[in-house]
Amino acid sequence: MAWNFLSDRPIYIQIVEHLKIDIISGKYSLGERLPSVRELAFEAAVNPNTMQRAMSELEESGLVTSQRTTGRFVTENVEILARSKLSLANQIAEDYLHKIGELGYSPQEAVELLKNI
Amino acid sequence: MDTILECRNLSKYYTGLPALYNFNLSLPKGKIIGLLGPNGSGKTTFIKLAAGLLTPTAGTLTINGFAPGIETKSFISYLPERSYFSSWMKVSDILAVFADFYKDFDMARALDMLKRLGISATSKIKTLSKGTKEKVQLVLVMSRRAKLYLLDEPIGGVDPATREYILDTIISNYSEDSTIIISTHLITDIEKVLDDFVFINKGQVVMSGVVDDVRAEKGKSIDELFREVFKC
Repeated sequence: MAWNFLSDRPIYIQIVEHLKIDIISGKYSLGERLPSVRELAFEAAVNPNTMQRAMSELEESGLVTSQRTTGRFVTENVEILARSKLSLANQIAEDYLHKIGELGYSPQEAVELLKNI
Repeated sequence: MDTILECRNLSKYYTGLPALYNFNLSLPKGKIIGLLGPNGSGKTTFIKLAAGLLTPTAGTLTINGFAPGIETKSFISYLPERSYFSSWMKVSDILAVFADFYKDFDMARALDMLKRLGISATSKIKTLSKGTKEKVQLVLVMSRRAKLYLLDEPIGGVDPATREYILDTIISNYSEDSTIIISTHLITDIEKVLDDFVFINKGQVVMSGVVDDVRAEKGKSIDELFREVFKC
């Protein structure tokens, strides 16, 4: 199934987010070899150049390392993984605070809401 | 950046009426480019000029440095808007024509794609549905190892599942050293496979750029930008 993309952000950034979640959630485990750019582009139904750009971005984040002849691998560094996980969680929390703020809730009230779920 | 196609003040008139007028465009190698515009904006005229089926009234168009002709036809793979197969032909007849005409035709690849589609080489064209004919035509065009692919409305008039198949076929056959130009007005479907876009209207280039740059700078998709630019 092709991946879904929103229209308000660059596609490559959304691919990066999608793959980060796949890695953090364990779909790809530590040190595992990732499918090739071509295979991933086909899976996501996107342009291979866009997938390539997303991969470069992931490499820069350290979450993915590239070995010239054998392909790309998920990092074996647990610290990098933990950091990415935390930064993604922060992003989701900020999104929540922003959305709930628009409804008129203060950050304290927002926390209370979470506790009561 | 290397250029594959260049137009300078290109004009094409049909009995006095301009279909393209002072059209200027330079397209880079190695990209998938969307040629987007409303009906009657000049998309097909431009593609036919590039394919060498029409001659310019004024101005120049070069592909890899050559004016359209025998040389360019050897490395351009063109998908016309309409099917040009004769209804008495079998799929195998058309395969033979392509193998005869084009040195870069990869028969094994074509047969493999047809097999995966469940289309037999012995089928007669007249027994195929419109969607299947479009698929066969795309398979042939994408089975050439061309430098430039000109796809005129490849997803027009087919159902969403067939559209997906067509886009998948384009993605999986694309190689980084070739360029694909796709003309369409169905932008939502095609946006995620494009690197660059060109908006044309009334025979002229209105806007062009990189899809993800527009999304980053304006926070909107090419589809939304199109609706804004071409608001009726």
